[in-house]
Amino acid sequence: MAVQKKPKLAVWKFSSCDGCQLQLLSCEDELLQVAGAVDIAYFLEATRAELPGPYDVSLVEGSVTTPEEAERIRKVRKQSKFLISIGACATAGGIQALKNYKDVDGFIDAVYTNPEYIETLTTSTAIRDHVDVDFELRGCPINKYQLLEAINALLNGRKPNIPLHSQCIECKRAGSVCVMVANGTPCLGPVTQAGCGNLCPSFTRGCYGCFGPNDTPNTAALGKQFADMDMDERSIKHFFRSFNANASAFRKESEAHE
Amino acid sequence: MSKGKSMVAAKKKGNAKSKAGKKVVSSTRNIKVDALARVEGEGALYVRVKDDVIEDIRFRIFEPPRFFEAFLQGRIYSEAPDITARICGICPLAYQMGSSQAMEQALGVQVTGTLRDLRRLIYCGEWIESHVLHAAMLHAPDFLGLQDSLQLAKDDPEIVKTALRLKKLGNEILEVIGGRAAHPINMKVGGFYKAPRKESVRTLIEPLKWGIGAAIGLAKVFGTFEFPDYEDDYQCVSLRHPDEYAIHEGRIISNRGLDIAVAEYPEHFKETHIAHSNALHGMMMDGSIYYTGPNARYNNNYAQLSKLAKSVAKDCGLGKKCNNLYQSILVRMVETVFACEEALRIVEAYEEPDASCVTIKPGPGIGAGCTEAPRGICLHRYELDKEGRIVSARIQAPTSQNQPQIERDLRGVVQGNLHLSDEDLKWRCEQTIRNYDPCISCATHFLDFSIDRE
Repeated sequence: MAVQKKPKLAVWKFSSCDGCQLQLLSCEDELLQVAGAVDIAYFLEATRAELPGPYDVSLVEGSVTTPEEAERIRKVRKQSKFLISIGACATAGGIQALKNYKDVDGFIDAVYTNPEYIETLTTSTAIRDHVDVDFELRGCPINKYQLLEAINALLNGRKPNIPLHSQCIECKRAGSVCVMVANGTPCLGPVTQAGCGNLCPSFTRGCYGCFGPNDTPNTAALGKQFADMDMDERSIKHFFRSFNANASAFRKESEAHE
Repeated sequence: MSKGKSMVAAKKKGNAKSKAGKKVVSSTRNIKVDALARVEGEGALYVRVKDDVIEDIRFRIFEPPRFFEAFLQGRIYSEAPDITARICGICPLAYQMGSSQAMEQALGVQVTGTLRDLRRLIYCGEWIESHVLHAAMLHAPDFLGLQDSLQLAKDDPEIVKTALRLKKLGNEILEVIGGRAAHPINMKVGGFYKAPRKESVRTLIEPLKWGIGAAIGLAKVFGTFEFPDYEDDYQCVSLRHPDEYAIHEGRIISNRGLDIAVAEYPEHFKETHIAHSNALHGMMMDGSIYYTGPNARYNNNYAQLSKLAKSVAKDCGLGKKCNNLYQSILVRMVETVFACEEALRIVEAYEEPDASCVTIKPGPGIGAGCTEAPRGICLHRYELDKEGRIVSARIQAPTSQNQPQIERDLRGVVQGNLHLSDEDLKWRCEQTIRNYDPCISCATHFLDFSIDRE
C-alpha cells in the first residue's frame, strides 16, 4: 500500500518575542500528535534538523524591520504553498511598529551607544505588506487553540473557523459584567477581535487590544466615549497605539488624538 | 520517584565523544552553520583558527533591534509591565515584575504579604515552564546526539510526555494567577488586577505534588548523561534574599564579594556596544566579565535550597558548587523541584487578600527592579516625570549580560576540542551556547556558525 506523504510544516521567525511560535510548543497535550500528522521540516526553536523546501505550510512569526527580513520573507513565500502569518507582529507590525511614528535615529541613540553598527528599516510592517498571505492568526500572543484549528483545517482542506467579531460579544456570551459600564474602566473590547478567551474583563480589567481590530470597528465612537469618560487625549492615543499600533483602524484612531 | 526509574535510562550516545580522536589531516578547514537551533532567537558564531590557535571568536546576535527603551519614553508608568513583557514570550514575568518593582520603588510603595506570595508563586510557574522547556526539549537532545526532543519522544516517549506535562503545570500556574502563560494579563504595578479565587488556586495542589516527583525523576535521568569536562572560574552574580532562595526579590551579590541594593546597580554594571552584535555586552565597571543564571544562583545560594532539592542535587551528582555549565541542565531540574515545592507551600497557605493591589499615586521618581529570570538577573531602571510618565528606561536582559562569558566559554571549549571533527566541534559549540538557555529575543536573537581554520 502506498504511504501518503505527510505535509511539511515550517516555522519562520522575523522581528518578534518568540511568544507566538512558543504556542506550538505550549500545545503540551497535542504536540506529539501534531508532530505525527506533519513533518516538522524547519522549526529552529525546537530542532537542529532541517528539511529543504518547498513547504506545504509555513507559519510566519514576527514583523519586517530590516532590509534582510524584507528579502527573506520573499524567499519564504516562494518556498511555501500555504503561508499563515501568526501574531500581532506578523499581522500588524507588533509593538515595534511604534517606531513608525518616531524618528528612528533618535530611537537608536536611546538604546545603543554606537548607532553606526545598527542596520534597521524606518518601519516595522506586517508580512502581508510584503508578500501574499493565505491566512492570518491574530493575537499578542496567538491563542494556541486557534493555531491548532488553523493547522487542522488546512490538513483537512477546509477554511479555519476563526471568529472575526468583537470581544464585546464574548463578554455577553460569558455573562461577564461590562467593565466600562459597571466600573468606568476604559476597554477596547467593542473594537477588538475576539480570540483571547475573554481574559481581561474576567479579571476586571479593560481589554487592551491584543487581537487587533475586529471586522467592523467603530473606533471613532469608542474614542469619543473615552473622551467623555475624561480620558485625556494622550492616554486615548496611547491606548489605541500599542501591540497593534499599525493596524489600520487603530492607527487612524490614534492619529485622531495626536 | 519510581517514575524516574521507569523511564528508560537515557542512552549515553555521547555525541561529544563519538568522533573524538579523529585526526584532522588538513591544517585549513572551514565550517559554516546557518542558524543556531533550540535557542530563543537569532544568533551566529564565528571562529577563526590558525595553526590550532584561535585568532578570533565571536558570538554574534543579529536579532533585529526592537528599541523598547525608546518606545517607553512618554508612556505612563502603568503601561510598562505590559509593554516590556513583549520583549520575551518565554520569560515575560522577568519584565513585568522587574518593571513593576522599579515603578513601585519610584512611587514609594511596597508589595507585601499575600500579594508578594502570589508574585513568588507565579514566578515559580515561569521557572517550571521555562526550565523544563529548556532542559528536556532544547538541551537534553545534545547529550544524546539527537536533533530534537521529537526524536527523543520516539526513543523514550515517557521522558518527553512527563516533561510536557510538567511544563504544562508551570503554564497552569501562570494561567491561574496571571490569566495566560505568555504575556499574562493580571500583573500590574502594585500587585494584580484581581486576586485569584482560593478554590482555583487550590486546584494546583495535586498537580504540584505530582510535579515534585516528576521533576525528581527527570533530574535523575539527566544525571546519567555524560558531561563534557569544561569548567571556568565564573564570577557568579545573582540575587540573594535573607529569608529564602531568591527568585523575585533580593540584593545583588556575587561570589567575589559584591553585595548591593538593586538601586545601586548602575554604579557597578555597565554595557558596551560592539560591532558584531545587536545586543549590548554586559560587564562589571572594572571591565571584568561575569555569569548570571541557574549555576550562579546555585553557587551563591545553595544553603537556602530545601532539604529535598539538596538531596536531589546530590543524587544526580552535583556538589555544593557547580562550575560545569553543561551540568546546568541538572541545576535547572533541582530548581524545578524547588519551585514545585515552593509553589505548593504558597498554594496550600493561600487566603484571598482584602485588596488585589496597593494604591498608587502617580508622580516623579527614579526606581530600579530586578528578578531572577530563569536565565539570570534581569535589571530595570526607570525615571518618571511629575505625571508618572516615563522619561528614561534602561533594561539589561540576562543573555546580553552573559554574552562576554559565552564567548569566553566558547574560546575555552574550542581550544580544548580542536581534535574534534568540524561537525562535532560545531555541535559542541552549539551545546556550549545552549548551556546558557540564551534568550536572544531578550538580548535583542540567529546562530550562524562559521569557523575558518588556517
